Amino acid sequence: MISDFVANLSKRIDSFLMGCIFFACIIGLFVIYSASGQDWSRVLPQFINMMVALTLMWAVANITPHWLERMALPLFVVGLLLLLGVALFGEISHGARRWLNLGFARIQPSELMKVGMPMMLAWYFARREANLRSADYAIAALMLVVPVGLVMKQPDLGTSLIILASGFYVIYLAGLSWKILAGGAGLIAVMTPIFWSLLHDYQRKRIEILFDPSQDPLGAGYHTIQASIALGSGGFIGKGWLNGTQSQLDFLPERTTDFIFAVFGEEFGLLGNILLLALFSLIIFRGFVIASRAHNTFCRLLAGSITLTFFTYVFVNIGMVSGILPVVGVPLPFISYGGTSLVTVLLGLGILMSISTHKALIASS
Amino acid sequence: MAFVQHTIKLPVWRRRLLLVLVMAGLGALVGRAIYLQSLNKAFYQKQGDARYTRSLTLYAHRGTITDRSGEPLAMSTPVESIWANPVDATTTPAQLEKLARLLNLRQDEIAKKLENHNREFVYLKRRISPELANQVMGLRIPGVYMQREYRRYYPAGEVTAHLVGFTGLDEKGQEGLELKYQDWLSGKAGSRHVIKDRQGHIVEDLEAVKMPQDGHKLVLAIDRKIQYLAYRELAKAVEMHKAAAGAAVVLDAKTGEILAMVNLPTYNPNNPNNIGGKSRNRAITDTYEPGSTMKPMTIAFGLESGKYASETQLNTAPGTYKIGPATIHDHENYGVLSVAQIIQKSSNVGASKIALSLEPQYMWGILNQLGFGTKTGVEFPGEVSGRLRNYKDWRPIEQATMSYGNGISVTLLQIARAYTTFANDGELLQVTLIKSKDMPVGQQVFSAATAKSVRAMLELVVQPGGTAMKAQVMGYRVAGKTGTAHKPGVGGYQDKYIASFVGMAPASNPKYIVAVMIDEPSAGQYYGGAVAAPVFSAVMGATLRMMGIPQDAPNNNIILPSPNAVEVKEAA
Repeated sequence: MISDFVANLSKRIDSFLMGCIFFACIIGLFVIYSASGQDWSRVLPQFINMMVALTLMWAVANITPHWLERMALPLFVVGLLLLLGVALFGEISHGARRWLNLGFARIQPSELMKVGMPMMLAWYFARREANLRSADYAIAALMLVVPVGLVMKQPDLGTSLIILASGFYVIYLAGLSWKILAGGAGLIAVMTPIFWSLLHDYQRKRIEILFDPSQDPLGAGYHTIQASIALGSGGFIGKGWLNGTQSQLDFLPERTTDFIFAVFGEEFGLLGNILLLALFSLIIFRGFVIASRAHNTFCRLLAGSITLTFFTYVFVNIGMVSGILPVVGVPLPFISYGGTSLVTVLLGLGILMSISTHKALIASS
Repeated sequence: MAFVQHTIKLPVWRRRLLLVLVMAGLGALVGRAIYLQSLNKAFYQKQGDARYTRSLTLYAHRGTITDRSGEPLAMSTPVESIWANPVDATTTPAQLEKLARLLNLRQDEIAKKLENHNREFVYLKRRISPELANQVMGLRIPGVYMQREYRRYYPAGEVTAHLVGFTGLDEKGQEGLELKYQDWLSGKAGSRHVIKDRQGHIVEDLEAVKMPQDGHKLVLAIDRKIQYLAYRELAKAVEMHKAAAGAAVVLDAKTGEILAMVNLPTYNPNNPNNIGGKSRNRAITDTYEPGSTMKPMTIAFGLESGKYASETQLNTAPGTYKIGPATIHDHENYGVLSVAQIIQKSSNVGASKIALSLEPQYMWGILNQLGFGTKTGVEFPGEVSGRLRNYKDWRPIEQATMSYGNGISVTLLQIARAYTTFANDGELLQVTLIKSKDMPVGQQVFSAATAKSVRAMLELVVQPGGTAMKAQVMGYRVAGKTGTAHKPGVGGYQDKYIASFVGMAPASNPKYIVAVMIDEPSAGQYYGGAVAAPVFSAVMGATLRMMGIPQDAPNNNIILPSPNAVEVKEAA
């Protein structure tokens, strides 16, 4: 009886993904405890965040892909309107206009777009697939660029980058001509030096520091240098849980959020890093498997985009913390403190689960 | 799935390209991790250590310098230095204004220091009182901190300035005993290797704390009360006689300990700025021609040689004595004088005649034994030896003038020390600034009989018919000798004098020796008996009474000098 109930509840849960998510969440709680200076007041809210996000994931996993497809357009339109609302009436906090007060709740519409964008584009291409033309890619690009522009203006570079990536992945997966891709790449290559020459000196300096933090060790480059030192001083096996000095002693900024990977790397070393990357890789490759087995275009494009977006989170965050990418505010899935990013990531994984577990149902209907 | 139509189908190579890119991305992350955490970890570990480990110096208290009874003459007191980390410091205009007022600095000066964001440590003001520092901390300005330091404090100030000296900002001895005993006083700073967080709080010790070893205490032979006394009396005389400088030494006649050593002009060692030559401890580092204070030595040589006794008569008429082209003068024609009277009247002619009757080598030998021409070995930096020329080069006139203290240069301490022979039955004592535990072993220079005999003659000096009645001390017998030396300058002797008096009391069994020297008295009087003897009398008298030394002349033998008393002038 009870086992039936459990089986029913977990019917739509992809057990492989769920296993990975479970491990990642456990690691996340341990690292938060250490990074916050052994403060339960950070661990408990994060645990609650995880419970909420997992519940939402479970709910989404139980929605059929068919319904997801039907929700794509409304979700996108609502998201876009809310983004416009933010631009016009948004609340400013920490120098950025990201939040919208709806009276009963404060929401961050850009997060909604992270899910809404790939769904919308996947929906669009799925509808147009019978007679797909070049103009469709242009329309898709337009649908992508407008929200990305709005988010970038807030300003929220990290989120706009994620939305841009999630949309771009759909367009790529939808078969955007490689000639256009190559052309675009070439155009960027040509435009960069011209653009560079038009910049003011101080703007160039900022960009240089973005790529070479040691030029401004106490200012903009401080995060990256401290993070590299934390990681490097961890060595092969790390200093051990709760023993990181750079992170524990407050030398590391943003140590529970965007830079938490440095805490992890200092305490668990190269070995821990490789294991964590392996865990993320398992999730990514499971995502690819789900995408390639998806039964229709919408599901395939959406699953592919979600998987690649997840990879983007991991790559940009760890790349930034370990100093091979400039600093942009992208959290590390499961590990960084914060409910919003957990919800967004787990919603995506919930969609993957829905796609992976509803094949039979659709096929038989 | 065949029934689902796929018009959108990504070519296989593009799917593979995607996979390859993702794997390359993950590979790059692993590669970077290996680079940071394996290949370059030593560098980053060192960088990390540099950021949180600090070596702290633990302050070793510099030893206190005290007088012989433990009264402090130099001590380290805590002060606070205000510093700021410009990166963290933020001030409101009101705070800045208050800060500037408290620290007595200009606002723009402070603002400029705080704007320098390239530094993480700037001093705003060093060494202020803890009370003021607490007021500054009370402003609660973020990024402004205080740091404990120590500064040297000299309770006796200018009274012991020349002797004790002073230290620099880092408590390193610069002058005087602070310099001489730097190693003894300074101790050894301890160290602590600690982890500090970004706020600078110590989180833990990395290795055992190396405790600081405090410096040693230095107990001087000086008696602070006698020192004050000597200073007061000397200052009075220097002022009264408008003298350029002065020095006084008080010796314990039985141990050779220096109980007081004062100099003028002086300075405040608590604020040693623009001190110029005021820091010279003249009694040790400057020489002068001792003048007639040398005569007792000459007489002692004569007595020791066996050629003279106290009563031996010498004809000093007509008050001049021609040696080659040069002529030696007495103040007046004393006629026939006994050896004792030569001392009493301070006859240059008499002293010269005695000197010339002795072998130069013999005289030089004893002068040498008395310590002239060599350093006394007192524990003080910059001591000078004075000048005693080799007897082989002596011409008769030089041998003669040396007998009354011209043509020889000495320090006041050397003269005072030479007089220990008369106080001590012929034994010369080693002088010391440090309190000694053991009775010193003296060096026999004269026979006890000679010493007693000279002492008896020296008692005549302060009695009527002598040169220094003003040196008398009520209730005690005093033995001493005046000196009035022409100062040699460019082109011969000038009209400038050094007045001195060296004496001991109680004469029956001397306990103290006091030597006084006043440089360039220029208010009219310049004789040792008039200028230096009163200082001697005041210092010696007060010392004897303070120390409770039994009187040896209770039924006063003394004729107190009156303003119109006839004084015997000594030969200059």
